[in-house]
Amino acid sequence: MRDEPLVLGIETSCDETGVGIVRGHTLLADALASSVDQHARFGGVVPEVASRAHLEALVPTMQRALDEAGVTLADVDAIAVTSGPGLAGALLVGVAAAKGYALAAEKPIYGVNHLAAHVAVDTLEHGPLPEPAVAMLVSGGHSSLLLVDDLTAGVTPLGATIDDAAGEAFDKVARLLGLGFPGGPIIDRAAREGDPASIAFPRGLTAAKDLAAHRFDFSFSGLKTAVARWVESRERAGEPVPVADVSASFQEAVCDVLTAKAIDACRANGVGTLVIGGGVAANSRLRVLAEERAAKYGIAVRVPRPGLCTDNGAMVAALGSHLVKAGVAPSRLDLPADSAMSLTAVSVPG
Amino acid sequence: MLVLALDTATPASTAALVEVTVDGLAGVAERRTVDPRAHGEKLAPEIAAVLADAGLRPRDVTAIVAGVGPGPFTGLRVGLATAASMGQALGIPTYGVCSLDALGRAAGPGRVLIATDARRREVYFGTYADGERVTGPEVAKPADVAALVRGATGGSLPAGVLVGAEEAGGGTSMAGLVERAAGEGALKYGDVFGVPVEEHLLYPPGAALVALAAERIRAGAPSEALTPLYLRRPDAVEPSARKAVLT
Ligand SMILES: [Zn+2]
Repeated sequence: MRDEPLVLGIETSCDETGVGIVRGHTLLADALASSVDQHARFGGVVPEVASRAHLEALVPTMQRALDEAGVTLADVDAIAVTSGPGLAGALLVGVAAAKGYALAAEKPIYGVNHLAAHVAVDTLEHGPLPEPAVAMLVSGGHSSLLLVDDLTAGVTPLGATIDDAAGEAFDKVARLLGLGFPGGPIIDRAAREGDPASIAFPRGLTAAKDLAAHRFDFSFSGLKTAVARWVESRERAGEPVPVADVSASFQEAVCDVLTAKAIDACRANGVGTLVIGGGVAANSRLRVLAEERAAKYGIAVRVPRPGLCTDNGAMVAALGSHLVKAGVAPSRLDLPADSAMSLTAVSVPG
Repeated sequence: MLVLALDTATPASTAALVEVTVDGLAGVAERRTVDPRAHGEKLAPEIAAVLADAGLRPRDVTAIVAGVGPGPFTGLRVGLATAASMGQALGIPTYGVCSLDALGRAAGPGRVLIATDARRREVYFGTYADGERVTGPEVAKPADVAALVRGATGGSLPAGVLVGAEEAGGGTSMAGLVERAAGEGALKYGDVFGVPVEEHLLYPPGAALVALAAERIRAGAPSEALTPLYLRRPDAVEPSARKAVLT
């Protein structure tokens, strides 16, 4: 092994088949195959469709990653794979393949936590993460606030959504506005022409009585229903639905709550760094609002480029590399795919 | 030639090493765990164990044979993902064989029904004459299997391969169509099929999997993509029109 470990990462927790290769903090390859188009007409990810696509995509995606990095499996120091959380059947394809690669190439394997990998990927762009940091992970599958004391050991969950994930709310609102799937980028675009202050949509779990029990938790289900009600009453009155204004006002409600709670989490824990990851981190309003609010308290905001925010293999490789460097023991060949994997361990203990 | 055989199309996770020579096969080592939810955890350690049992290393393997089902999807994919990734890492060919065929071949002479559990009160099945598949693979309710076998064999097969419908009579019994059955689905629904079940032959054996690909292995045939025999489409419904939220 040279001073910097060469680590390969495999990600299959949702609808993206990703294989990434890093050396230390340097990204060498990030190959991705997505089944998103196959889910569009269902308005959300269909687990069985995703699992079938992973099986078909894995070998070619692996080949592209190896070619892109100019390495072979024999050169690799370790193989990391998302063990959970995620869709059980989808995770299992990646875990089985990772075991096949590790077994055949006689390499150590690390089953890692998907959420921790979303945090670790930022090191590929911005270098080592100052610890402690607060991480906000927002996507179609998760909405979490985490306290990162030591990324190799474990991460403390501060809060999470109690119903829909933030990205799910974008998908549902896009669907009720007849805009398509996935909803994030579409709403972001539609919102540019709209007035974010035109409709006062609710901010979930921000009232004083909710803050006592759910200071760092999110709720987007009420917001989604409020948008549906608003749109429906317009339609019933025979009035046109101002899609841009609805999009902008909805997006503002989501971003307002997310950033307010993230900054509050930083301040409550005396933390000076906020990392944002997940597909919703690509939202233009979220980035602007987070930086604006963080600046007031001298908090640094780190957001990886959009391609690294969404699910990919590079994030898994980045976390794997971090674990190898820290001397963490690899997992065993019987490591499970754990759809509800907790954050108390960043990797499956050996 | 040392061949690794994998199958996860039934509740069993099977890993076997088989030596293929010019004129025969010899089993080297085999491991099997029966647990319908543990393929993902059991298969890889089993592969490591058969290699250790034989005192060999992964690089000694020259080809991989995988049972491509039919079988419950999640478990089935574990075997295929493992086989495909190992084949890619080792730069050796992979060959797919029908998992039911391995049971059919192992069942030997005579007319045999092979049935495995497809869950949802259905079976994956095929019929075999002297080890060769005659009908299937298909998925159906146990009670409908006999009718499907009769329909599939009606006139299209050489006389004497399977007994015709008129000879077999009506009803759902398999009696007359096949003389015995094997596979864990046959055991589970033995009372429906009404023919003797070979209880020692419930899961695809490693040697039979390899035997089905032996000609390809000896000929050095090109590697094959391991495409699962799902036989069912994914359960997915397109969303209906928006539900009203105002009452
Ligand atoms: Zn994610």
